[in-house]
Amino acid sequence: MGVMGMGVMGMGGVGMEVSDRDLDLISALCGGLPLDSRPYQALGHAIGMGEAEVLERLEALRQAGIIRRLGIIVRHHELGYRANAMVVWDIPNDEVAEVGRRLGACPEVSLCYRRPRRLPDWPYCLFTMIHGKDRAQVEASLAELAEREGVAHYPRSVLFSVRRFKQCGARYGRRQAAE
Amino acid sequence: MMDDTDRAIIDALQDGFPISSRPFADAARPLGLTEDELIERIKCLRERGVLSRFGPMVNADRFGGHNTLVAMAVPPENFEWVAAVVNSFPEVAHNYARDHALNMWFVVAGESRKRVDEVLTEVEARTGLPVYDMPKIREFHVGLRIKA
Repeated sequence: MGVMGMGVMGMGGVGMEVSDRDLDLISALCGGLPLDSRPYQALGHAIGMGEAEVLERLEALRQAGIIRRLGIIVRHHELGYRANAMVVWDIPNDEVAEVGRRLGACPEVSLCYRRPRRLPDWPYCLFTMIHGKDRAQVEASLAELAEREGVAHYPRSVLFSVRRFKQCGARYGRRQAAE
Repeated sequence: MMDDTDRAIIDALQDGFPISSRPFADAARPLGLTEDELIERIKCLRERGVLSRFGPMVNADRFGGHNTLVAMAVPPENFEWVAAVVNSFPEVAHNYARDHALNMWFVVAGESRKRVDEVLTEVEARTGLPVYDMPKIREFHVGLRIKA
């Protein structure tokens, strides 16, 4: 489910066997694309793969939805979106799918996931992320969204980030290749 | 400071980067830039910390990978060293302090569920604090871009 399901449906991708060579390539790519006029050649060089093969495999991985997107990933904070709130909701299990779809479709919401509760400490099962220029803007758009979408009556909690310790890309692939 | 060209680059390259022999040249053309100018601009944006990275967003589940969101309740006086322990794992992709009793939130991504579980076990052993493991059950939306 989740990412996998969306990848298959969203990209219209068909099942694809991911080989060890593909994993090496994904792992190398996760380390960042070289800022070189022929970056795929440079990337391939590090893992013993020719440029043509790199291009061919990447295109296949993209079409299969395994690479969801390739490009630059920016930091919200540095673009002036200085407040980031994780807004979490306690929604009854039989309603969470519908509410999740509704909130996920809202322009204010950049991420929307269902996750397990961890009772008794953590009763929330729907996680949304809302960014804004400052806290007041995030709070205003949350209040507006909650009313508009008819979800204001569900218990929720707003967790603003107070400090970012680390932000880098996820690293996947075989460990020997990733390290 | 960012100018209009930087913003145009960010808006264009968030949508996707060409998979071709000379991708910077191909991406530069519609922006009215040369290949070298585009590479130079991206280098600058990266050095200034505007870019978190230049690479892929992948569907990890499709090749056996696993990721999860993890929370911890860390006593304030221990926050710095616990953060250092957590961030020392290459599997930790980001880590934020948040204003809640569960005050540390990080993402662990690895090549397998087993490896992610190992990291969590090790974090608990080295910090003496329990972790709250909250892997996604379902994804409703992932925003792929933001307006520069």
